Amino acid sequence: MDIVCNFPAVSILLCLFGGIISSGLKQVAARIINAVLILTVIVLSATTFVYTLATGSSFVYVMGRFPAPWGNEIRAGMLETFMATFFGIIMLLSLLGGEKKLHDEVEEDKIFLYYVLNDLLLSSLLALVYTNDLFTAYVFIEINTIAACGLIMIRQNGRTIEAAVRYMIMSLLGSGMILLSICLLYDITGHLLMSNIKETIVSISHYDTYYIPLTVAIALICVGLAIKSALYPFHAWLPDAYGYSTVSSAAILSSLVSKGYIFLLIKIFYRVIGIEIIRDSKVINILFIFGLAGMIFGSLSAMKEGDIRRMIAFSSVAQIGYIYMGFGLGTQVGMIASIFHILTHAATKSLLFISAIGLTEVSGGSRHFNEATGSGYRNKIAGIGFTVGSLSMVGLPAFAGFISKILFAQAALKNPHKMLPVLIVLGISTILNAIYFLKTVIRIYTPVDTSLYKPLTIKKQKLYSCVIAMFIMINFFLGLMSTRVIDWITMGLEMFS
Amino acid sequence: MSKLRFSKRDTKDFSLKEWMDGTDDPMVTGDIGMKPQRIQKDDFQTVMKHMRDYEEVERHLYDSDKNTGVRIFNKLYRISSIIFTMLLIGVLLYVVSYLPPVGNASNPDNNVVAQRYIENGLEETGAVNIVSGMILTYRAFDTFGETNVLFIATCCVMIMLMLEEKALKEQEETEQNHKFEPQNDQILIFAARVLCPVILVFGIYIILNGHISPGGGFSGGAILGAGMCLYANAMGFSRIGKWFNENVYKIAKISALCMYGLIGSYFYITGANGIENHIPLGIPGHILSSGIILPINIAVGIEVACTMYAFYALFRRGGL
Repeated sequence: MDIVCNFPAVSILLCLFGGIISSGLKQVAARIINAVLILTVIVLSATTFVYTLATGSSFVYVMGRFPAPWGNEIRAGMLETFMATFFGIIMLLSLLGGEKKLHDEVEEDKIFLYYVLNDLLLSSLLALVYTNDLFTAYVFIEINTIAACGLIMIRQNGRTIEAAVRYMIMSLLGSGMILLSICLLYDITGHLLMSNIKETIVSISHYDTYYIPLTVAIALICVGLAIKSALYPFHAWLPDAYGYSTVSSAAILSSLVSKGYIFLLIKIFYRVIGIEIIRDSKVINILFIFGLAGMIFGSLSAMKEGDIRRMIAFSSVAQIGYIYMGFGLGTQVGMIASIFHILTHAATKSLLFISAIGLTEVSGGSRHFNEATGSGYRNKIAGIGFTVGSLSMVGLPAFAGFISKILFAQAALKNPHKMLPVLIVLGISTILNAIYFLKTVIRIYTPVDTSLYKPLTIKKQKLYSCVIAMFIMINFFLGLMSTRVIDWITMGLEMFS
Repeated sequence: MSKLRFSKRDTKDFSLKEWMDGTDDPMVTGDIGMKPQRIQKDDFQTVMKHMRDYEEVERHLYDSDKNTGVRIFNKLYRISSIIFTMLLIGVLLYVVSYLPPVGNASNPDNNVVAQRYIENGLEETGAVNIVSGMILTYRAFDTFGETNVLFIATCCVMIMLMLEEKALKEQEETEQNHKFEPQNDQILIFAARVLCPVILVFGIYIILNGHISPGGGFSGGAILGAGMCLYANAMGFSRIGKWFNENVYKIAKISALCMYGLIGSYFYITGANGIENHIPLGIPGHILSSGIILPINIAVGIEVACTMYAFYALFRRGGL
């Protein structure tokens, strides 16, 4: 076995070690460890990605001495390693971008805990991406949930604690459903390892004995993960959690935590139950309807908001709706569009959150719309970042959002039954997106008396400007080099089965 | 307003920078004639009146006596949540009737996996207690994750409840310390004096014998933690602080988790790469046997005890 094959396991273990050791250190050391750790994970994952690209196949890594159905296993293919690299980059940028705000909003002697939480969150994201075992996935879902809860409430005020409690309750309901579903699957197949479950399910799906338990298991796991990733009717926890937590947390929660669960769902579709059985089970039609509803109602709620952060948060509901709508199409192209939209949304939403904080900073700290008038002139780099993010969300060509929208439309054309609703809702949702995002862009570029608030130049916030520039570059990379990324996604999906 | 340049736009030197500054915006300078927004200025009285009105509206909005809409919503909310829960229970019970019967030999879960755990478990792990062998050898990675769940849970409780040292000292000085517990309760102190050593020794016994008899790190650690909670409860935090304070807690927790992590990593990486394992399995049934299980059990036991005590101390007074 090549030495590269060790890298996924090593990166998970390194993150866990980093978290454990940081818990005994002061905040500066914890911060350095965190940054080094994320960089290492990016390098290791990228190396593994190049390796899988070169070999053209995925590999299985046995965690311990005992192979497949007895011990734990992780599995790395092209899609997994690509996602791990991407998640690492977004996490690093989000943390760097919100670092200044973190020191204003969090008690000084608790900041080291923030980095501990982030280390463990990264480890759980990596484990969710790489895992080949349903129970390992469940264990790391727990870590992910608790870490996300800590990220919300580390900024201690009434709203964040309320948001954290709400998130905890909703999220635990989701965890419970996932656990029940894993129990049902174990009961009817006798395995916890993904590939073994799939083999057994293929053999039992020919008979009708376990038709009902299997359907309920699929429904429970879909609903459980949908609650955790804030699909439309289950999104009640989202606006407060994203809107009031410290900005790095909001960026990480919206672009990574929910995406980790969605990626796990894709993995379950392909590697546990099998996409054909999912397609036949009609559960995806429910996801399809919820996704369509989310695309419209999320945008409508965002339009009504007078608070920039909460507006961006509600826009997440709409974007998650897009992703589930792609699942609901039930075709390979639909799935590719959804995975591309995961990347688009992760890159764009964190950019929007990070740049919104720069805009509010030059508006006297107020997040209200009226105060933000003309803030694009006072903090230029944040204004540019927000504009790029908005245009990408609306779906202008050359930005990442355009590619995912066109992929969704193409996918819809290949599915005659669902074509019309997808195209109509896609159009309505794009218009709604344009209404609330461009309204904000126009407002931040409406000139007002400059003497009201002090402007911030790029020189005074070098790190922040670099982060925004990096985010913009990622956005253009996804928008202009999309064919290559889509090729990688397609090859990665083929490796799944 | 005065700082904006209200001159005709010079088409020659249209520069990006000026456009960015807003000094050369065609909307402002040209003939399109959009005026910059007027800033609304309210005097203090009006602002206060708005705030009072807002509060009044808020109060009436969620007052179920005055607002029939809220009342109906609350009722509907309750009824629908009960219906939803009943439906979920119904669906799950319905599913249970389709599952294979318990204890049937031909069930899908009686397969090669369980067979190897039972038949080869002793030989491959060296543990008489098959459950310990299974969770700490075959599925050691899951258990490491589970131990980290405990660790991150304490981190979150610390974020929520940990007080600064200054506040903690003030709280002790103002006799808040004994608000919830009897002070110098002779019965409690005597009982704790008798029970604590027994409980602690029993906890250690269960941890060390995890691979031989039922028990192991998780259950033994819980007993140890319970013994420490009893001790703190009876003797007070100043007494337990002499041998278990924040520094000891940190050292114990970090070294235990790191020990588990290092042993685990050694086991995973050597196992995956096919390198020989140098940890001897020993003779089954002896206390020093079963390879990695004994040290991992000790690490898990310390971590669980620390977690239990930390939860108690944090909820009780906001510090360790």
